[in-house]
Amino acid sequence: MLHDILLTPFLEFAFMRRALVACTALCLGNSVLGPLLILRRMTLVGDAMAHAVLPGAAVGFMIAGLSLWSMSLGGVLAAVSVAVIASLISRGTTQREDASFGAVYLVALAIGVLLVSVSGGRIDLLHLLFGTVLAVDNEGLILVAGTSTVVLFTLALIYRPLIVDCLDRRYLASLGVSGMAVHVAFVVLVVLNLVAGFQVLGTLMSVGLLVLPSAAARFWTTRLDALFAVALLFGLCASFGGLLLSYHLDVPSGPAIVLVAGSLYLISVLGGSCDSILLTRLARLKVKNT
Amino acid sequence: MIRMALRALFLTVLSAIGSAAADEVPLRVIASFTIVADWVRVVGGNEVTVRPLVGPDADAHVYEPAPRDVRDLAAADLLVVNGLGFEGWMSRLVQSSGFQGHTIEASHGVRTRALNGKVDPHAWQDLGNAAVYVRNIAAGLASLRPTAADRFRARTEAYVHELEQLDLQARNEIGAIPREQRVVMTSHDAFGYLADAYGFTLLAAQGISTESEPSAAGVGNLIREIRNNHVHALFVENIRNTRLMDRIAQEGGATVGGRLYSDALGSPQSPAATFLQMYRYNIATLVGAIQASAAGARARPHH
Repeated sequence: MLHDILLTPFLEFAFMRRALVACTALCLGNSVLGPLLILRRMTLVGDAMAHAVLPGAAVGFMIAGLSLWSMSLGGVLAAVSVAVIASLISRGTTQREDASFGAVYLVALAIGVLLVSVSGGRIDLLHLLFGTVLAVDNEGLILVAGTSTVVLFTLALIYRPLIVDCLDRRYLASLGVSGMAVHVAFVVLVVLNLVAGFQVLGTLMSVGLLVLPSAAARFWTTRLDALFAVALLFGLCASFGGLLLSYHLDVPSGPAIVLVAGSLYLISVLGGSCDSILLTRLARLKVKNT
Repeated sequence: MIRMALRALFLTVLSAIGSAAADEVPLRVIASFTIVADWVRVVGGNEVTVRPLVGPDADAHVYEPAPRDVRDLAAADLLVVNGLGFEGWMSRLVQSSGFQGHTIEASHGVRTRALNGKVDPHAWQDLGNAAVYVRNIAAGLASLRPTAADRFRARTEAYVHELEQLDLQARNEIGAIPREQRVVMTSHDAFGYLADAYGFTLLAAQGISTESEPSAAGVGNLIREIRNNHVHALFVENIRNTRLMDRIAQEGGATVGGRLYSDALGSPQSPAATFLQMYRYNIATLVGAIQASAAGARARPHH
């Protein structure tokens, strides 16, 4: 019975196994990127990126027609440019990252809409770029797994300066390390991971699995390394649970996976072992009673 | 004297040309969609001008009349429709345009088949029926322009001969495929006549639509259906996500076929600019996809 519910769908269908493998690869990269993203207050960057790829995709389309590779390359370049320009603005001025990102991605989006209509396509370019978790082909698997690998290894290399940059920029500068370089490297990694995710799994999944498990993990621990582990665990649970939900209840997979991650977040907010609503209330009661 | 005679001759010739021109003002024909329009063009030749209301690559099921359509219909001599309930919007359009000319129901007298308890209107997908359509159109044109009746008849017979040749050719090509391999899945229910004519088994692709995001259950059921029925080729052009179709086909052990033309001809540059081209193209696409799948199955014996 339990076997039927939990395992049979994956044993019978290769597309379910592929979906799970792709999600796992995505979660591995996300479980480290996500907590760092939250630590750096850049949670909304993912949504901005989903729109920032448009002008690049349009230029790719104008140059090479409906080719997935040229459009993806254009998309990555556009998203990286948006991210780097926004970061430069926020580092060079007093404006916060969320404001500069909001401003720059809107400009990019407008350019994209303009280019798409000038190039005369009634074709929905983004539709071509954004995949679905149920249609992961070999190329897609290699792309997601490859991106995760690059992300994890690069993060390992820049890990220390990155953390120091989060906590004390001046100290990092006094050591002679450019905080800007570290930050840009981090932003590029986030963009690469997101765009690969868009292409293979869709925007919703890609952004959802980046933010929700990490945000939920924060209610169970405050240690950074433990955050990574809990975020990974939540991400995997959401992927597995969401796919099964989509299979047994006949609901779209992307939203199902993100909603399971959302439920985990809600449970964590309410009853997590660290700063959750339940614990805060209990602590207040204790204070009153003593 | 000679000059006078020449002048008289000149005038006679002029008036002869004039009256011939007056007699041969082309009949203005409006056809409901491209396939019928193609036949009117073939049969009518120079004696007609024809315009389809629903143009190339457009869907007659969701047609919205433009002001130009109403105007052209009001001025037309003849309206040619498919009938069999295909153009549900036509009677309202005819009324609102005030069209006074003749109407030909081109499918009159074809062999019909049932679809979901109603008559399947896509009767042109059977070449035997196509000959009936063309003869109906010729008869209608001849009644309006009796002086050109011989020309209409000659063109019709030549065209019907071409239809018969095409039918023979299709039978030859399809006959080379074992009947149990002639199983295809389509998202349209427009190919019932073609399937009946050449012994194909059609399955409907259900559970996945263009608009909504797919569910794992929908994809799984489709794959199971393809496996259980030994489907050899998928023609599901409505689905924009080709990666998903490739995945489903590969896992079910079928191939994704190209585009099949059903309710409209393609643009003049497409491989389906005329009915004969369209039919040839559809047959070649069907046969090609099934053969590719069979070759793939031989290469992978475990399937």
